[in-house]
Amino acid sequence: MSLLGDRQQLAYIASQAADARVNVELETEGMTLNIGPQHPATHGTLRIIARLDGEQVIWAEPSAGYMHRGYEKLTEVRTYPQVTALVNRIDWLGSFANEVPFILAAEKLMGVEAPSRAQHIRTILFELSRIANVSLFLGDLGVQLGAVTPVFFAFRDREYVLNLIEAATGGRFHPNFDRIGGLKEDLPAGFIDETRNVMKKLRTFCDQIEDLLFGNEIFQSRTRGIGVIPKDVALQYGMSGANLRASGVDWDLRRDQSLPMAWNKVDWKVITHPDGDSFARCWVRLQEVRESTRIVDQLLDTIPAGPVMAKVPKIIKVPEGEAWVSTENPLGEMGYYVVSQGDMGPFRVKIRSASFNNISIVPWLLKGVYVPDIITILASLYFILGDIDR
Amino acid sequence: MNAAVLSADLAYWAQSLLRVLGGLVAVLLPAGTIVYLFLFKMMSFMQSRLGPMEAGPYGSMQLFAEVGKWLQKEDIYPARADRFLFKIAPLIVLASTFLLVVVVPFGPDAWFTDFEAGVFYMLAVSSVSVLGILIAGWSSANKYSLLGGLRAAGQLIAYELPMVLAVVGVVIQAGTMNMQGIVVAQNAGSMFGWDGLGNPYVLTQFVGFVIFMIAVQAELTQTPFDMPIAESELVSGYMTEYSGFRFLIFFIGEFATAGVFSMIASVLFLGGWAVPFSWFGWTNLNDIDNWMNVAGPLILFTKMVVLSFIIMWVRFSFPRFREDQLQRFAWKVLIPVSLVNIMLTAIFKVAF
Repeated sequence: MSLLGDRQQLAYIASQAADARVNVELETEGMTLNIGPQHPATHGTLRIIARLDGEQVIWAEPSAGYMHRGYEKLTEVRTYPQVTALVNRIDWLGSFANEVPFILAAEKLMGVEAPSRAQHIRTILFELSRIANVSLFLGDLGVQLGAVTPVFFAFRDREYVLNLIEAATGGRFHPNFDRIGGLKEDLPAGFIDETRNVMKKLRTFCDQIEDLLFGNEIFQSRTRGIGVIPKDVALQYGMSGANLRASGVDWDLRRDQSLPMAWNKVDWKVITHPDGDSFARCWVRLQEVRESTRIVDQLLDTIPAGPVMAKVPKIIKVPEGEAWVSTENPLGEMGYYVVSQGDMGPFRVKIRSASFNNISIVPWLLKGVYVPDIITILASLYFILGDIDR
Repeated sequence: MNAAVLSADLAYWAQSLLRVLGGLVAVLLPAGTIVYLFLFKMMSFMQSRLGPMEAGPYGSMQLFAEVGKWLQKEDIYPARADRFLFKIAPLIVLASTFLLVVVVPFGPDAWFTDFEAGVFYMLAVSSVSVLGILIAGWSSANKYSLLGGLRAAGQLIAYELPMVLAVVGVVIQAGTMNMQGIVVAQNAGSMFGWDGLGNPYVLTQFVGFVIFMIAVQAELTQTPFDMPIAESELVSGYMTEYSGFRFLIFFIGEFATAGVFSMIASVLFLGGWAVPFSWFGWTNLNDIDNWMNVAGPLILFTKMVVLSFIIMWVRFSFPRFREDQLQRFAWKVLIPVSLVNIMLTAIFKVAF
């Protein structure tokens, strides 16, 4: 039997309920924000699910796959020469660089090596596609942080590089120029002089971007100390390319491997930065464009004479075996694991693209940052959707 | 524009009509000029492109084409929007612009209202637009809009204060809160006994001028203070869900307010509509010849274009601040500096 009367009990319950309501109201409710799939910061259709407390992220996860095109499966029903037309759509801003590791893997299986002139031209085109890719990144960086002007400079100067690639290969975006055993054609007349001019323009562009963005105090306060990736974490998450070098890891596949390419014949240096923050990642990329122009300039001086195609049969059949070749692409390490069963097309191809591994660090990196910093971090990680989803 | 000379001769309805037409011209003309001259053309030249070239000579009719396009668009509401608030939000933003232009003097007799506490009124109504923006952000039923609206509210309130404090210096120096009085005080004044240029307050109140322009930049949510709009992260913030005519009203509101704030800044710091009185031997407001009622608006318009050029120049060149950084900038830099400015102004005012 209760000591309290009915009305007292009801009053007690009511006061408890009121307290509970107040407590519930004081607890701020989390909000789930979908960044993407259609969002200007995601360069395509990446979706980032972020749970927010106010403007602070408490949990975030990237959700890829909105643009999956099934290239790994498609390669199984194509012949080897046809595969390059597919794979240069993976990272669509630096497409020639996607063809190279696949062709090198096929050449490795066949035991063919491209002639020295072809190797030089491959390296030149590889670096040109890196410049085209990263110069657009430098402009886009401004847009992500609210400065509209740099992106137009980037588009203007990237156009010169695309014109060069078009002059040599016939395609601005998707060259499809690399062949097993060499290249489709030799360089056109006047290419070397024009390339020298363009490299000069690109160096001016780098100076302009450095003045306009990197020296700006607002830019520095937005990027310095934001999204810091320590060395060991970067290695754990399998990051590669400029993102890894910005965390202070001296690792560049162009220097560390001996591939049949011309990088080890010229003088250049690997750029690293100890900080590992967003500023470091952007800075490393800017310096790498400069280094790339140096590589191209030197290769133009030392380009040897000779054929651009080795002797290969008209109908290409790759002998049985497995091969793995990866190169240092504009976005990071890109590799192909090719399994051949002696047919005209590969039996199975595994594509390791850089962006997929680079964005796997996003859940770790976005914890506790503010919404504006999400954009800074995503922009500085620099992924391309085709490279994530393949 | 309402001329006091005319007021005795005209009927009330004619006066009202003149006021309405004058108000529309005073708001829409600066907006159109700024959009065409700076947003279309100057921005393009800075970014090594041509901008609109097809509609009219050098694309000068582009603006009319754009307005026509917006008028034709469907009026879309989000399904879960609060319809009534969603509809009135852009009108509140535009209304704040019209309320602002009311106290701007355009000539010796060309003003809408000769309000004794004009500066005070101007500072009060300029914050009405915050309401509109907050309502727009809330009623859109969109998370990005809500974030944008809240950011805008925080930012506009934070930058209201430096703006007020920057103007206080001018008010102390002029000794009046009447905008017409401030114009007269500048142009009838003298510097160390020399009255060839009058005494534009941009020289003595330079700190106040800079703070005022920074605060204007933030009030207009232009880069580097465009966190509430933040196209690359919040996809235009509180404007995300608006389309067609309602978006057009926001758009006009943004650039018309830029024009009106530039006019107010030129009235407060650059001498407004007048030329230095010593040039024509005037001593006070009653001496001024009638032709200044025509020349005055043109002079003010020229100064407005120069000041909006600065606003737009900054807008096209800088990246944007983060929300906490711009709050810190307002509270830790602008407000202390403007307080020191007020103190120094007061000391000099008493000393001389």
